[in-house]
Amino acid sequence: MKLVISTFIAGLLFGAGLTISQMVNPDKVVSFLDVAGNWDPSLAIVMASAFITTFIGYRFVLKRPAPFFEGKFKLPTREDIDMPLIGGAALFGIGWGLVGLCPGPALSSLSFAGLNSIIFLAAMLVAIISFRIIIRN
Amino acid sequence: MIGLSAVWLMASAGRIAGISGILGGALTGASGDKLWRWTFLIGLLLGPLAVAIIRPEFLKAEFPVTGPLIILGGICVGLGTQLGNGCTSGHGVCGNARLSMRSFLATLTFMATGIATVFIVHHVGGL
Repeated sequence: MKLVISTFIAGLLFGAGLTISQMVNPDKVVSFLDVAGNWDPSLAIVMASAFITTFIGYRFVLKRPAPFFEGKFKLPTREDIDMPLIGGAALFGIGWGLVGLCPGPALSSLSFAGLNSIIFLAAMLVAIISFRIIIRN
Repeated sequence: MIGLSAVWLMASAGRIAGISGILGGALTGASGDKLWRWTFLIGLLLGPLAVAIIRPEFLKAEFPVTGPLIILGGICVGLGTQLGNGCTSGHGVCGNARLSMRSFLATLTFMATGIATVFIVHHVGGL
């Protein structure tokens, strides 16, 4: 119970952060990526401060023997650089640049961004589910 | 706030705050590993509404493209994040904070293709 409440709080904080920083606004994201046009660097500050906060926070958290409400930390262990990593990231960037939404904002914007956000999320979910089912089989 | 959320999720649940990974596992993962993911995602959905109580003007979303391009973008983001094991949050924030070389290269790659896509669509294509 403590675990699911704590992850709910984490989600709430994340969603509020995406909203206040305007990551949920596709036009804002596209202006951030539009370095050759009307460049709006403010989201770079958002991403940098999220990175710095996490970088410092992780130093303290990961020194502990275990998380508060779970048996152990579950960290990615892979270090190899392969084609799916680079190809997947490249494909993700294309979709992100095209529409201005990444997975977090796609979910967070659902409550207020209207039909476009629903269409984007539906296409994204179909792609995620199909990919995972194909990979598993 | 995004950083604090990522630190809190690691401190309490021992998990990386990668939205595409949490979402993927919530949809098709093992049943015992789903509940914490769904409560995170519900929080993520409600986050903007919590902000709306104080500052409703922050809830703004205008789209640069319409219709089929939105579907195409959704498919690219869905497939790309599963293939590349992460998105802006998992690689861009958490992975880089762990100084992961995989995340660093993934971030460089999606920033580059994102910038290139915006350039092509809005400057070359003239949409």
